[in-house]
Amino acid sequence: MSTLTIDRLTVGHGDGAPVLDGLSLEVPDGALVALLGANGAGKTTLLRALVGLLPARAGRVLLDGADLSAMSTEDRVRRGLALVPEGRSVVVELTVAENLRLGALRQAGRPRRGPAVDAAVAEMYELFEPLARRRDAAGHTLSGGERQMLALARALVSRPDVLLLDEPSLGLAPLVVARLLGVLRDQAEATGLTVLLAEQNVTSALSVAERGVVLSLGEVVADRPAAELAADPALRHAYLGF
Amino acid sequence: MTTTGSTADGPPRLEVAGLTVTFGGLTALDDVGFTVADGETVALIGPNGAGKTTVFNAVCGLVRTRRGEVRVGGEPAPPSATGLLRAGVSRTLQGLGLFDRLTVLENVLVPLSGTRLTGDHLAAAHEVLAALGLGAVAAVRAGALPYPERKRVALARALVTRPRLLLLDEPAGGLGAADIDQLARTVRTVADGGCAVLLVEHHVDFVTDVADRVVVLDLGRVIACGTPGEVRRDPAVEEAYLGVPAGEVRP
Repeated sequence: MSTLTIDRLTVGHGDGAPVLDGLSLEVPDGALVALLGANGAGKTTLLRALVGLLPARAGRVLLDGADLSAMSTEDRVRRGLALVPEGRSVVVELTVAENLRLGALRQAGRPRRGPAVDAAVAEMYELFEPLARRRDAAGHTLSGGERQMLALARALVSRPDVLLLDEPSLGLAPLVVARLLGVLRDQAEATGLTVLLAEQNVTSALSVAERGVVLSLGEVVADRPAAELAADPALRHAYLGF
Repeated sequence: MTTTGSTADGPPRLEVAGLTVTFGGLTALDDVGFTVADGETVALIGPNGAGKTTVFNAVCGLVRTRRGEVRVGGEPAPPSATGLLRAGVSRTLQGLGLFDRLTVLENVLVPLSGTRLTGDHLAAAHEVLAALGLGAVAAVRAGALPYPERKRVALARALVTRPRLLLLDEPAGGLGAADIDQLARTVRTVADGGCAVLLVEHHVDFVTDVADRVVVLDLGRVIACGTPGEVRRDPAVEEAYLGVPAGEVRP
């Protein structure tokens, strides 16, 4: 699939001081990397800049060596990037099933309906049982957690090469978080899906990630094997505050 | 009727009995009952879509109940927002619902805006802001603050009326470890002051830390009730809600 390379990326809001200042990071093909750090460290800003929702002041974003920096968000998505932002954004007028099928619309040249899409949708119903139960319900009738599941499932239906997740565990039951992270890890291993997972739920994220990258004030302050970060109380205390 | 939980002397601060709510063909709550006493913290947990927020909405009169009743301090829950405020009920929202263009202080004064603002109101607002570590940002626009501080503003807005029943919808969601510790201290202080606290939360360690009792909902029904330790060991709760740690999952 795809290697995501972030090369000296500088991003800021308005004229203020940069939120990310010359940040470099590589997420190799098929890797699952946890992006950690306190609120305000720059995790969401990084994810939004990667898909072009925030302009970079300097630096580059590369996918398998191809520079995406000048591309629109739509083109980056067509190249295989998918972002599930915070905020549970689903189309509230459409049903659960219709929202899921929107995920199949991302790329020209890929089937938008038919057996492959049906199989992807069925897989999501298996993963997120409440969505199966409520497949004909309109988005506005879903609970907060169900909306979060739907946003995630729609991104997975799009079969991205690189999946960027902004706090997917927010509002989800522990059982669902465990299942979701298990699926991400398995897809990374089996299909080479590349995942950058921003999480406050550090323990869960490190339990499935290979690496943990800790941001603080817009800089990478630690980049270690996940098991090492999870097991070392001094590291956790220094970088993650617990 | 299912009723769970003990009551203190006199009527409980909140009593939910036989509560049934339907949305079209969906039964969102089915014969739900529990109580929250003054000074007690009860957590409402359960799978997504189990009906937790619907309980809050039923207590606040935002959804029509098909059967059952909600009593606050022994009286039927008032149907209007102002009535709830007078009965000492406050809540926070999953989506926070802050007014981003107003300052922190203005946001916190919103629940008091139905009355003529007095020096006492301002003093109460500044007191709660100081208690939650927001004194220095009182004049800052709420929209300019980072998420943990925005969550504290929402909590301050709920506390400024000095509630006797506080409903918190996912107060720990999206917070890091240090902020969750601070939140737990705040919740304990509020409950120690005699306020009844009902909270919806998925952060199990936080729930274990602050809750006296836990009520577990699944598919609109109460499937378990007890201390955090009892509920965590309940096989039905493990199957419906907790599962096993992510590292052990192999679908």
